[in-house]
Amino acid sequence: MTDHHAMPGHHGAGDDHVYLALSEAGPEPDGEARWAYGTGFSDPLLGVDTTVPAGLDGADLAAYCLMLGDDALVLAQRLTEWCTRAPELEEEVALANLGLDLLGQARLLLTRAGQADGSGRGEDELAYWREEHEFRNVRLVEAPNGDFAHSVARLLLFATARGALYRLLAGHPDPVLAAVAARGVLELAYHQEYATAWTLRLGDGTPYSAARMQAGLDAVWPLLDELFVPHAVELRIGADPSALREPVLRTLAAVLAEAGLTVPEARPLASVGGRAGRDGVHTEALGPLLAEFQVVARANPGATW
Amino acid sequence: MIAKARPPCRAARGGATEMGAVVTADVAEQVQAERFEAVIAAEQRIEPRDWMPDAYRATLVRQIAQHAHSEIIGMQPEGNWLTRAPSLRRKAILLAKAQDEAGHGLYLYAAAETLGVDRAELTEKLVSGRQKYSSIFNYPTLTFADVGVIGWLVDGAAICNQVPLCRCSYGPYARAMVRICKEESFHQRQGYELLMTMMRGTEGQRRMVQDAVDRWWWPSLMMFGPPDGDSPNTARSMAWRIKRHTNDELRQRFVDMSVPQAEHLGVTLPDPALSWNEERGSWDFGEPDWSELKRVIQGDGPCNAQRVDRRRQAHEDGAWVREAALAYAAKRRAEAARGGDEHGEAAISTEEQR
Repeated sequence: MTDHHAMPGHHGAGDDHVYLALSEAGPEPDGEARWAYGTGFSDPLLGVDTTVPAGLDGADLAAYCLMLGDDALVLAQRLTEWCTRAPELEEEVALANLGLDLLGQARLLLTRAGQADGSGRGEDELAYWREEHEFRNVRLVEAPNGDFAHSVARLLLFATARGALYRLLAGHPDPVLAAVAARGVLELAYHQEYATAWTLRLGDGTPYSAARMQAGLDAVWPLLDELFVPHAVELRIGADPSALREPVLRTLAAVLAEAGLTVPEARPLASVGGRAGRDGVHTEALGPLLAEFQVVARANPGATW
Repeated sequence: MIAKARPPCRAARGGATEMGAVVTADVAEQVQAERFEAVIAAEQRIEPRDWMPDAYRATLVRQIAQHAHSEIIGMQPEGNWLTRAPSLRRKAILLAKAQDEAGHGLYLYAAAETLGVDRAELTEKLVSGRQKYSSIFNYPTLTFADVGVIGWLVDGAAICNQVPLCRCSYGPYARAMVRICKEESFHQRQGYELLMTMMRGTEGQRRMVQDAVDRWWWPSLMMFGPPDGDSPNTARSMAWRIKRHTNDELRQRFVDMSVPQAEHLGVTLPDPALSWNEERGSWDFGEPDWSELKRVIQGDGPCNAQRVDRRRQAHEDGAWVREAALAYAAKRRAEAARGGDEHGEAAISTEEQR
């Protein structure tokens, strides 16, 4: 017979303490950190000087932070759409985790944008009260989820490219951007690992999963190139993404080769009169996404949440 | 995956062909039964490999499975507001909560697996309607205030129910509950804090909170189950130390805790019969509409069909993904068995990519 462990806390009102503690007034000594995983994150900007460094244009820095912040925000929204629909409970946990990371990055970047442009707009003002054409995300992140393989394909492309960009930005002259990127490097490494693992499983799983994975890659591939097309703001801010094209494509090709998948030959999606997501010209998918995202906030002007 | 541990005595039973062996087996079983009773009486824990009566095992499987299903189905009512959460902070809190609930489902399915069932089998029973989940999740979430009220009242009632389970006689369940209760208590605080914030906001927000309280109060009271007189399994579960308090005791405890919280919040609980009983040192309260509970349990609640359909849909849509993962794992095992770990060498290392 195995050992029996005596039950701890077995005394009179032994089971009351957890519940009673809830009704006690006053904040927890360690604050939000103990609440739920992912919401009580330590502030990566603690001790970071938020003055815009000399030599950087505040408007450009703000525009750039919106680009990256909107990428993270919109993809986080797409990831939350998976909640209660994932193929397995472990994936529920993992997808929510990725969404929380991106949401955390978005909050910091939007806050930085509001500081840098001198408007003092906060994260919520920027997230809930801008119009569609003011969003600066690439079109890759706004595309609908599709099936699991489609979502994995998009995640693989985004995480591979964004991880590479964050590694570059960790040395950026703006200390806030550098701090966000430094933390983002670690988060994106996990996102990339997760997407890579599923690309391999689906690509080298069953014939059906391989077909779905290939179809997902084919569908999102035309949206990849936009990540590497430099915008004037990116060039002025010292973050030319075109240098990432070759290494990212190489990494992706290696993953696809191992998974037994083909690198799609799809051509990049055209822009509109030279303008695409970074200029606020999006696909039809963004409008409905934002309508849903913003509806409660906009229906309750003046409310606090 | 947790190994399914069947006690050896169950496998041996019935294998005896001679009278003497049967008698010996009976005596052995009687000794084990006495040992089981002694462990329970001494407030110690039964562990997966220990002998236990079949009915004890069946009761636990039913209860833990129902609990696990409730965590998973319970993601839906609040998940309904995830994409519309009106601030980024609330969105992060809600997403983290949904993630916690999926995690709770995982621990609980793992606890059930120590009793010799598996998650896939339990999920089949859920999506085919053969196993239940908490009826509270068959009510709709109609405004963002519902997110706060679910945290305050529904998680609060769940905590009242679950804290005693941390001392449940079955070890794996008790240990899972310790962790779950801690996280649930954070969820309850977050829910209450959202409501406090909304009550300090606009008039429209205050109306929203009161409306949500009006809709969720009675279903929350019904979470404790039928009145003690109509709860045939309670006595046995209490004797086995699976359950520690009766339904009515827990319900009273919940009312007594919630009334001052409602006052502090500035909302009215929708029960004209609520009054302080000096003699009992407790709040008297009205009778929930048990016929409504019965209808919801029978499947006629506002969201029963929708909740199970969503779960079934996700399960079915994910089947090819799970098959692919199994096929991939089988290929890797076959490769490893062939001796050469070709795959390992060719593996893409994210380290290298950096």
